Amino acid sequence: MKPTDTNNPEYYHKVVDCQYACPAHTPVPEYIRLIAQGRYNDAYMINWESNVFPGVLGRTCDRPCEPACRRGRVEEEPVAICRLKRVAADNKDSEAIAAAMPAIPTRKNGKRVALIGGGPASLTVARDLMPLGYTVDLYDNQPAGGGFMRSQIPSFRLPATVLDQEVNQILDMGVSAHFNTYVDSMKSIIDKGYDAIFVGTGAPRPKDLKLPGREEAEANIHLGIEWLASVAFEHTKAIGKKVLVLGGGNTAMDCCRTSLRVGADSVKCVVRSPRADMKASPWEIEDSEREGVEMFENHTPKEFIVEDGKLVGMRFELVRAEYDANGKRSLVPTGEPDVIMECDDICVAVGQDNAFPWIERDVGIEFGQWDMPVVDRVTFQSSRPNVFFGGDAAFGPENVITAVAHGHQAAISIDLFLNGHSVKNRPAPGVTLVSQKMGVHEWSYDNSVANDLRYAVPHEDVGLSVKDRKLEVELGFDVATAVREAARCLNCDAQTVFEAPKCIECDACIDICPTDCLTMIDVTDMEDEAQLRPQLKMPATNETQSLFVSDSLQTSRVMVKDENVCLHCGMCAERCPTAAWDMQKFTYHVSKAGACAVQEEEQA
Amino acid sequence: MTYLRPEFRHPQLPVNELGYSRKDYEGALSTLCAGCGHDSISAAVVQSMFEMSIEPHRVAKLSGIGCSSKTPTYFLGKSHGFNSVHGRMPSVVTGANMANRDLIYLGVSGDGDTASIGMGQFAHAVRRNLNMVYIVMNNGCYGLTKGQDSATADVGSCSKKGEPNKFEAIDLAGVALELGATFVARSFSGDKDQLVPLIKAAVSHRGFAFIDVISPCVTFNNNPGSTKGYEFVRDHLEATGTVDFVPMREEITACYPNQTSEEVTLHDGSVVHLCKMDDKLNVRSRNSAVERMKNYKDRGRILTGLLYMDPDSQDLHDSIDSSKKPLRQLGEKELCPGVAVLQNINDSLR
Repeated sequence: MKPTDTNNPEYYHKVVDCQYACPAHTPVPEYIRLIAQGRYNDAYMINWESNVFPGVLGRTCDRPCEPACRRGRVEEEPVAICRLKRVAADNKDSEAIAAAMPAIPTRKNGKRVALIGGGPASLTVARDLMPLGYTVDLYDNQPAGGGFMRSQIPSFRLPATVLDQEVNQILDMGVSAHFNTYVDSMKSIIDKGYDAIFVGTGAPRPKDLKLPGREEAEANIHLGIEWLASVAFEHTKAIGKKVLVLGGGNTAMDCCRTSLRVGADSVKCVVRSPRADMKASPWEIEDSEREGVEMFENHTPKEFIVEDGKLVGMRFELVRAEYDANGKRSLVPTGEPDVIMECDDICVAVGQDNAFPWIERDVGIEFGQWDMPVVDRVTFQSSRPNVFFGGDAAFGPENVITAVAHGHQAAISIDLFLNGHSVKNRPAPGVTLVSQKMGVHEWSYDNSVANDLRYAVPHEDVGLSVKDRKLEVELGFDVATAVREAARCLNCDAQTVFEAPKCIECDACIDICPTDCLTMIDVTDMEDEAQLRPQLKMPATNETQSLFVSDSLQTSRVMVKDENVCLHCGMCAERCPTAAWDMQKFTYHVSKAGACAVQEEEQA
Repeated sequence: MTYLRPEFRHPQLPVNELGYSRKDYEGALSTLCAGCGHDSISAAVVQSMFEMSIEPHRVAKLSGIGCSSKTPTYFLGKSHGFNSVHGRMPSVVTGANMANRDLIYLGVSGDGDTASIGMGQFAHAVRRNLNMVYIVMNNGCYGLTKGQDSATADVGSCSKKGEPNKFEAIDLAGVALELGATFVARSFSGDKDQLVPLIKAAVSHRGFAFIDVISPCVTFNNNPGSTKGYEFVRDHLEATGTVDFVPMREEITACYPNQTSEEVTLHDGSVVHLCKMDDKLNVRSRNSAVERMKNYKDRGRILTGLLYMDPDSQDLHDSIDSSKKPLRQLGEKELCPGVAVLQNINDSLR
């Protein structure tokens, strides 16, 4: 058994589950503490540095952090991380934030970068490159920036004012934006002589359902993302009384709820798969049902029913899910009679694809499987060295926070590339580890563990909200609730740091640990972690969580810590007579574009 | 300083036959020095009671004065407790036990509380074979008053102040053996694998069960030169054997082949199974225990483990033929048997 190498920053990073799960690695516990302290501007800026759109993401993020949250393993529900982020955005002082924005050099560095698409990925590249002196041109076919954040996320989830503020924060850095400009040729952009080109055009092509009756019913069949965009830009203002929405993702939920707001009386959401397999976030399904949307599972669409040239309903075959030995699902017809649902309109929201008809195939950008560009997973560089991809355009549909993470990495690559460095030379993360000891038994963070259960975010009255497409449904936490919710955070970035030479093996930490994370054990005959896991004081059955194994102690045993349900309460360090355990705050900042130059300067 | 332990426990924490988890046997958060051996003994008590599935309300924990005597606050928070006068815990247990023989009595004391101020009380509880578990948390110093040498400090041992102790130590296990204790063991706070089965056997034993637990005082007596520090005790420890406490109807796990084993069946049907490392020891012989202890001491070693037990012991209730029922269960008819019974008694005395 080898001792754990805690000098590798990824060890402690993985302990901060939320930050580790976040594609942009936002330092979640740090900003939650700042919210609890009422330091909303600081909390906002920490978010802004990492994820660029705190106000947007505080309402619409897919929240990969929350299923990862340790609190969810200790009790029922994770910390409401996403909604706390919104608290920072809601309570920030706009002037202070404006003043905290990075200075944009008036003297440019002479390098020109084109961004194609005005969504989160492109805006993130702009945000990272503008402060470094690049000249940035942005092209988008929509009348305003934001991409799918504007066209696909309805205003009742994301008010335009919030989006405008955070998009303009970047455009105001001096990006020259060309809106209402559809780029129909990559060659034309290349010919303009840009030093680098970033493609952040998303996955704009909705999937269709080619079933009998599709063509005859064309007038009343709408493709999810196109229809949502059309409503957002107010080209479409009405829909029939009875609406069917086909599909089980978040776009389907948005179609359901938008339909209710533009005239539908009854909305049925129909899904092929079992409900448990629906792709939509649980809270999106919950919000839709609260507004009266009915969910139907295991219904496979068979035919659009058309009478007298008009859509009147849809026929579904009933299926059930069966799983083979490998867990692969197949939907098997149950043999029951088909179900017919009447309707006036149907929204098809069964997914979306990438589409690059505008990229000529002879400009040196190689395309691979499924006609997707060949893009490096780390550098986001295409086979044409000065063209980079990010967001949904790179590897298919994901989400806003993933697009932001791509944007940061692509910006690093562009900066390296244009300074003559290898794009493979990725800057190391910025890491610190500092003791939080304030006195003999005092810590500079609130180490007491709150017992509160997760607080629910209040919602606007359903009757009111379905009447107004622009009325925001979620009201956000008030400050008092936010402080209580923030106290649920376990401060996982306050790391338990162990120094084996100081340990006198008194057992105090093992006796006090409320969640039995610690074991002192002889591992001389053990070959690997798999042998060790079942032998701990509480068997370490969650293999996704690390074990810390110390250097050898006086008695040649080692200290082992299972990170799984550590409360970061600091009791081990408080009860340690020799300070062999210490609580140390770990910060991990993903380096951004320009970090290489700084690191080089420091070395010189 | 954190005074409250977080409420959350490991989600897979096991439960015992009563459906209780270890959490149900915990007490308040310790205010002893960080690293105190006594906290480990508290944890061993919690573990033992949990594993034995004892209902917390069936236990009375009693103590005197001192660091050790604070510990009953830190375990079995749902049991009865009595923090008595310095050195007087044995009298209080005697009274309580006479009044209600159905409870499990756990006395906790220290080397000062037992070997100095309470020596007289201790001696009489032992010789009467009072049915109780008597744990001494023995750190060889007066921790609560800044670490003066106690009566169990070994000759020549230095506490933090650096002065070697001049006086002969009282070996409490030896005294208990001499005075007729029917269960005698010694252990070390840092060895729960040994201590937990000893506590369980002591709880099951009927009669006076004495466990002397060496428990380092991390603040005043854990320095080089001390014979009761963590490092010294670990380096000088020897065990009579591995004790396995086997409740009734459970299978006995095997010994290593080169060890001799001895089994003692207790009155409640449970079995103490001893895999002996020292095959010269006969745990049923008081003389053997005294001889082995002296032998190890002469070699500068500390003999721990089960030293002696008498499974057929007669406790105080047996000896004086006292009420088979707790006094609170006696009704008026039993307490006032009437004129005829009084007349019989009077006649018998004429």
